[in-house]
Amino acid sequence: MHYDVVIIGAGMSGLAAGVRLAYWGKRVCIVEKHYRVGGLNSFYNLGRRKFDVGLHAMTNYVPKDIKLAPLPKLLRQLKLKAEDFALYPQRMSVIKFPDKTIRFNNDFNFFIQEVIDNFPRQADKFQKLLKSILEYDELNLHFKPISARAVVSSFLSDPLLCDMIFCPLMFYGNAQENDMEYGQFVIMFKSIFCEGFARPRAGVRQILDVLVNKYKACGGELNMRCTVKSLICANGRVESILLENGEALTADRILSSAGYIETMQLLTNHDSSKCNSNAGQLSFVEFILVLNKEPAKMGYNTTITFYNKSDKFDYRKPDELVDASSGVVCCPNNFQFESPLPEGMLRVTNMANFNLWNKLSKEEYKAQKAAWLETTLQEVVKFVPDFRDSIVFTDIFTPKTIHKFTGHINGAVYGTPNKIKTGRTHLDNLFICGTDQGFLGIVGAMLSGISMANLHVLQMG
Amino acid sequence: MTKEQIKDTILEIIAQIIPDEDLSNLKGDIPLREQVELDSMDFLDIVMELRKRYGIEVPESDYTQLATLNGSAAYLEPRMRDL
Repeated sequence: MHYDVVIIGAGMSGLAAGVRLAYWGKRVCIVEKHYRVGGLNSFYNLGRRKFDVGLHAMTNYVPKDIKLAPLPKLLRQLKLKAEDFALYPQRMSVIKFPDKTIRFNNDFNFFIQEVIDNFPRQADKFQKLLKSILEYDELNLHFKPISARAVVSSFLSDPLLCDMIFCPLMFYGNAQENDMEYGQFVIMFKSIFCEGFARPRAGVRQILDVLVNKYKACGGELNMRCTVKSLICANGRVESILLENGEALTADRILSSAGYIETMQLLTNHDSSKCNSNAGQLSFVEFILVLNKEPAKMGYNTTITFYNKSDKFDYRKPDELVDASSGVVCCPNNFQFESPLPEGMLRVTNMANFNLWNKLSKEEYKAQKAAWLETTLQEVVKFVPDFRDSIVFTDIFTPKTIHKFTGHINGAVYGTPNKIKTGRTHLDNLFICGTDQGFLGIVGAMLSGISMANLHVLQMG
Repeated sequence: MTKEQIKDTILEIIAQIIPDEDLSNLKGDIPLREQVELDSMDFLDIVMELRKRYGIEVPESDYTQLATLNGSAAYLEPRMRDL
C-alpha cells in the first residue's frame, strides 16, 4: 500500500499531524502499536472507573477572545472550535517549599504579585526576567540551545525563587537533568504562568476523541495494534515500512513520533555509533488515589500542588526507586466544573528510576509499589491535608509501565534531552515529531505534529 | 478572475480561517497581519486553500507576496486570470 505520508504513533503529535495532512487531501496512514490511542497521554478503565495517564491538566489555557496564543493557533490549524475540547479552567495551584508558597491561577498578574509579595527584594529583577521571557521567540527552530539556569540566575539573585519557578516547569516538560534549555523554559513558563491550566471534564479522552473523529472525518486511516518492525533504507531514503504482521507500506514521507533514538533503531542499516543523541533518564511514578469524598470537603481546593521538601530543588533521576522529597499532586476534581465529578481523586507524581524498577522481580515490584505508596504519602501530607483515611482505591504506574505502553527508552516521559527542533534526520524523507522534536506538554505535542506536517509536507507542495 | 474578484476570494478564505474577525474595513495596501490576527500558520492555510480550490501552487519563497490584499491580487492575477 502506498501513502503520501505514514505517521508512526497515534499520540497527540501523530494525530494532530494526521488531521492537518488528511484535511488538506493527503493520503495518510497512522500506525499505532497499542490498541489505544494517546501514547504518553492515554487512558484506561479498571472496573467501572476511568483513569487518565499523562494529562494532569492542559496547559496554555486562554480565554476564547485571545487569538494569537498556542491553543487558539492549534485549534485553527486543526479546524476545531474552542468548545470541542470542553475545557474548564483550574481553581488555584501552588508551589510549596518549606518556608515559601507561591500561588498561581490563570491570571498572570496574580502570579506576578505573588512573586513580588514573597520576594520583595527580587521584584525589579523579576520584572527584567519577565521582559526577557516575553520577548523571546521560543518557536524559532534555529536558535542554539542555552542554559535556562544560567539565564534565570543572571536576572534573579535569590536561588530559592529560581528553584520555585523551575519546579513546575521542569515537572511538566523538561527532558534534561538539573538544567533546562532556555527555549523550552520559555515555552513552559508561558504555558503555565502566563496562560494556565484547564481540563476537560472527561479528561484526556475528550481531546483524543476529538482528534480521532476529525482525522477519520477527513479520510485519514488509523491502524491500531500495528507495530513497525523496521524501516528499510536505500539511497538516503526510507524505501518501505515493514510491519510486524509481515505487510509492507510505502510512503513519500514518514513522520515518526516514536522518539528519535527509538526511530533510528528501526532503521535496517542502523549504526548506533552515528546516533549522537543521549537517551532520556527522567521518568515518573504515579500514585492514583480514589477517595470516598471530594478533596474540597477536606478543605483542599487546590488544583495542582508542586511540593519540594527543602529549599533546593533537584530535578534528576533519583538514586532510589522514587524521589518522594518532591512531587506533584493533581486534583482532577478541583477545576471549575459546573457539577462535581462522581468521585474524589488525587494523583501524586514523583521522579523515579527506570533501571531500579525494571530489575525487580514480579513479587518485589508489587511490594515496592506498596512500600513507596506509604513513604510518598507520608511526605505528601505535609503539604496537603491528610487524606489517607479516605482512600478507597489505589492504582500505581511506574517507569516500567510507561516503557511498556509508549516504547520510550528508560520510560523517559519527555524523551531525549537533545531535541531535534527541525525534525530532520539524515534520511531525506524521514522526520521526527512529538516528544523528541521538542515542543512538550499536550498543546506542545499537538503543535509539534502540526509544525512538522506543515514544514515537511504541506509547504513542500 | 479580476483583481477585485481575487481580493474577494482571499477575504472569503480569511473569513473561513478566522470567522470571528471583522474584515469589512481591511485596507488593501497595509499588511494583513497588522490589521487582523493572522500568523504564519494561517498564511499557509490561505495558500493551501488556493491550491485546493484552484490548483494554484505558491512556492514558499513567494509567501511574502501575499502580505497585503493588493499584493496578493497582483501576484495571483496572472495565475487566476483564466479561472
